[in-house]
Amino acid sequence: MRYIPNSPDERAEMLKQLGAASIENLFDSIPEDLRLRQHLTVPPAMSEIELLKAFDEMGSRNQAAGRVSFLGGGAYSHYVPTIVDHLISRSEFFTAYTPYQPEISQGTLQSIFEFQTLVCQLTGMDIANASMYDGSTAMAEAVLMAERVTRRSKVVASAAIHPQYLEVAHTYVQHAGIELEHAPFDSATGQTLVDSIDDRTAAIVVQSPNFFGCIEDVETLADRAHAKGALLIVAVTEAMSLGLLRSPGASGADIVVAEGQSFGVPLSFGGPYVGLFAIREKYARQIPGRLVGEAYDRQGRRGFVLTLATREQHIRREKATSNICTNEGLIALASTIYLETMGRCGVQEAARQCTQKAHYAARAIAKIESFSLPFSAPFFNEFVVRAPVAASELLDTLARENGIDGGIALARFDSSRPNDFLVCVTETNTRAQIDALVHGLTRISSTKSPRHEG
Amino acid sequence: MEPQITKVTRHISHNESLIFERSHPGRVGFLLPPLDVDEIPLDEIIPAQFQREDDLAGMPEVTEVDVVRHFTRMSTWNYSIDLGMYPLGSCTMKYNSRLNEKVARIAGFANLHPLASEGESQGGLQVVYELQQHLAEITGLPGISLQPAAGAHGEMTGIMIIRAFIDARDGKSNSAERRTMLIPDSAHGTNPASAHLSGFTVKTIRSTAEGLTDLEHLRELCAHGDVAGLMLTNPNTLGLFERNIQEICLIVHDAGGLVYMDGANMNALVGIARPGDMGVDVIHLNLHKTFSTPHGGGGPGSGPVCCTRKLEPFLPVPRVVRIPTSRDSDGVDSTVFKLDFNCPQSIGRVKAFLGNYGMMLRALSYILTHGYDGLREATEAAVLNARYIAHGLISDYEKPFDSPPMHEVVFTDKRQARRGVHTLDIAKRLIDYGFHPMTIYFPLIVSGAMLIEPTESVGRHELDQFIDAMRSIAREAVEDPELVLNAPNSTRIGRLDEAAAARKPVLRWKPKQAASAS
Amino acid sequence: MAKVPENLHYSKDHEWVRVEGDTAVVGITDHAQDQLGDVVYVELPKPGEEFAAHESFGSVESVKAVSEIFTPVSGKVVEANDSLNDEPEKVNKDPYGEGWMIKIKMSSPGEVDSLLTSAEYEDFTKAESE
Repeated sequence: MRYIPNSPDERAEMLKQLGAASIENLFDSIPEDLRLRQHLTVPPAMSEIELLKAFDEMGSRNQAAGRVSFLGGGAYSHYVPTIVDHLISRSEFFTAYTPYQPEISQGTLQSIFEFQTLVCQLTGMDIANASMYDGSTAMAEAVLMAERVTRRSKVVASAAIHPQYLEVAHTYVQHAGIELEHAPFDSATGQTLVDSIDDRTAAIVVQSPNFFGCIEDVETLADRAHAKGALLIVAVTEAMSLGLLRSPGASGADIVVAEGQSFGVPLSFGGPYVGLFAIREKYARQIPGRLVGEAYDRQGRRGFVLTLATREQHIRREKATSNICTNEGLIALASTIYLETMGRCGVQEAARQCTQKAHYAARAIAKIESFSLPFSAPFFNEFVVRAPVAASELLDTLARENGIDGGIALARFDSSRPNDFLVCVTETNTRAQIDALVHGLTRISSTKSPRHEG
Repeated sequence: MEPQITKVTRHISHNESLIFERSHPGRVGFLLPPLDVDEIPLDEIIPAQFQREDDLAGMPEVTEVDVVRHFTRMSTWNYSIDLGMYPLGSCTMKYNSRLNEKVARIAGFANLHPLASEGESQGGLQVVYELQQHLAEITGLPGISLQPAAGAHGEMTGIMIIRAFIDARDGKSNSAERRTMLIPDSAHGTNPASAHLSGFTVKTIRSTAEGLTDLEHLRELCAHGDVAGLMLTNPNTLGLFERNIQEICLIVHDAGGLVYMDGANMNALVGIARPGDMGVDVIHLNLHKTFSTPHGGGGPGSGPVCCTRKLEPFLPVPRVVRIPTSRDSDGVDSTVFKLDFNCPQSIGRVKAFLGNYGMMLRALSYILTHGYDGLREATEAAVLNARYIAHGLISDYEKPFDSPPMHEVVFTDKRQARRGVHTLDIAKRLIDYGFHPMTIYFPLIVSGAMLIEPTESVGRHELDQFIDAMRSIAREAVEDPELVLNAPNSTRIGRLDEAAAARKPVLRWKPKQAASAS
Repeated sequence: MAKVPENLHYSKDHEWVRVEGDTAVVGITDHAQDQLGDVVYVELPKPGEEFAAHESFGSVESVKAVSEIFTPVSGKVVEANDSLNDEPEKVNKDPYGEGWMIKIKMSSPGEVDSLLTSAEYEDFTKAESE
């Protein structure tokens, strides 16, 4: 096997040196009746040529990958500068381990320190960790953290949060003694409604822009939470919105979690992505995940090191702030390189183009006969469209006949919305594509008979 | 007048600072096409109160060349697998193949949106399904989910599955009596942390002098009647195979509990023995260990969970399944891969979308590249390499357990400590010899532990060099201990003051005016 | 050699007590701080909190370890040494003086009698390390 440096001869030599009769003897401590007598029924070894052909064939049966797309809903198509992939493909970055030996891991450690800084800058918070698995698990961990910090067991989460994020949060709290309630959203504006909370509430959780694309009034929600001594957790799925919208930190958030995939990470059918987690300074000892801090050696040279490790599982074990060990190191690096390449102006420009193109598309779609935008709240780059016909069939036809993935039918998450679909526009969508989307929707809906009232 | 010449003492690349320290307003690293729709004044579409307040002040402004040089220079400060052996115990630092990287970047996968329609993601779903099949075969456990994003995530999932099974079997009021999870004293820290997330309290089982699970103590703890399960690693974190594993599983099952196996050490078992055959009920795998997906400086990982048929209903939702459809007119069976959301007993979703899909692609590529022969060969070579190191070091270092190690071996610093040289110092001195240190101070039950796992990816020549380096350090500990105590001497920076860093943590860069006084 | 002042009382969890009237001043011993290494953080309770003897009232962290601290006597906390927030190293440099942790108003002053004397504590630590 070409990945094993020792030839069979060399291995035989080594065996002899050990005084072992055969390779089988090395496994003597495994009881006879557990030893496999036949080989595993996995395929025989494939050469590179055969293997690439097999994967190319499977890749070709993902027609959605090549299409013009207006899909969002937690995963976004953005332009990724060429150097991102080149730099993360450097051996020293992608085949390196967790930086437990700082003297020989300064490349990784310094990049993470830059990542933490960038996350703080974008979210408007004081401290950010070295990443979580993704936005959904980051949000779940934020809920657990709120319980630890306030020692209260009730959490109120907006029903306008991404449905999969809510599912994950419910999974995480089911044995943690936390009561997770949902706050409704206004059917006209699309924004979350939280009247008042009680003093048993640890946190209010809201996503902004929310699953419907609507921008939430974070500042008011922060005031409501703080008035009762609760925390405000803000989740962001479209991180690009941070380039243009008021930061959650400036709006009063105590914990900000986000999906960082918009920053230099390919869609890759759902992962690996990267969870951002940022907090106010006073909660430093309660934050989950790894932290990189500045440190100096005896000669006064500056370096970076994993720090405040006593929060983590390898020291505090069952009392740890989280069980997390491996995070999303290389993906966080990709985001770091993306953010530094685009820089302050690039992120602003990409965000600007996202929102301008999205509003152009929304206005054009709203003008189509019998189409409407059901939610009135301002939005960044995602919005819900209400069609005069069932959205799933409409979108399937659009894909088949026009080669466009026009949006996500909301019926798959909520059967009471059969005609609604979520459209996302980014800087990668051209005007021609948007016009084609509008023409396609116009044409197809006029040939279908309406089955539901709008 | 003589012109003043400023002497340059170091190349700019030696002084690579933070990107923020190299930033300069007006530098640009990107170019997007110009906006092709008519611009609407921002205030008309987004009310001023929701607009960004700080103009992203502090974010860097650099050119593309700056970014390339910045990260290229920083990368040279890292050790990595491509440079050589990384003997970290229980991490399985094997070769990260470039073929796997190529597969992961195939456009048909890289550009596939997770919410695209199932009908147009069949290739994507097929990869998940096939990997599921192969991992089930390798572990001998047919139920499987690839949703967890890392080992600890898989652990949490597996333990929640045990909890759900027991709640369903015994009824909620009875199962409230069964909230103890047994964990060996040699366990990885994620084990008790994960048990805690499922509402279990942890009780520790002792190891025998031989380094194996103490069966008497296990029986004693199981007799309380409150045991929901046992979490163990096999081979254990000392590198020893728990040869009583079948009896261990029997004891726990008889007491009404289930057995969870931490699959971190599967590199000693693939193709040789299967956890399912041992009586294990649920296991998590680390694709970033046994299946070679890259460590990336701390992730991403992937932590699939495999379980018995009776635990299958509790796996995370959705499951990826295969529905054979009827033959078409050409007589060809067209199979359809689907997401099955009909899982009423599922513990729920543990992550958005399907999991760390890119790592699944790489792991499948790894399995197909090795084939059944290669997988077995890799396991054999891994164990042979560890044995070889154990044999080479035994004359200079104290090996606390006599039993032959599997894919990793543990030593202590007992002999060197008599001279005032400890495990930490030995590890740092190893850096001067060009090696990445082994895992130190784990497992906790061995004082001054040095846990060494070479993997199959190391050649004999390098193994010999590692052994020679360790033997040389043992000599230095006697003849010239200062060399070891002050190590490393050859790196860009020396040992860092971690206590000061933890007392006054500085966790981000700040512009000079805003930086707080230290 | 770890210091073990004679005028203090000791617990088997390596805490010391200095009796001042009906108040006990509590901290960790020189032996304990030496075992821990450089202290980076001390988590202390707030005045007004009550604890029973041998209950954990906080924790001490070094870079690589964290230890709970247990009060040798029952009572209500009247003062916590907040200066340890900025200077946790006082625990290492002066564990019996500036490194004090809490002052607790004893609810059962007689409990002090069941603690170890300095000689008994010295024997105890010697036995532990063998």
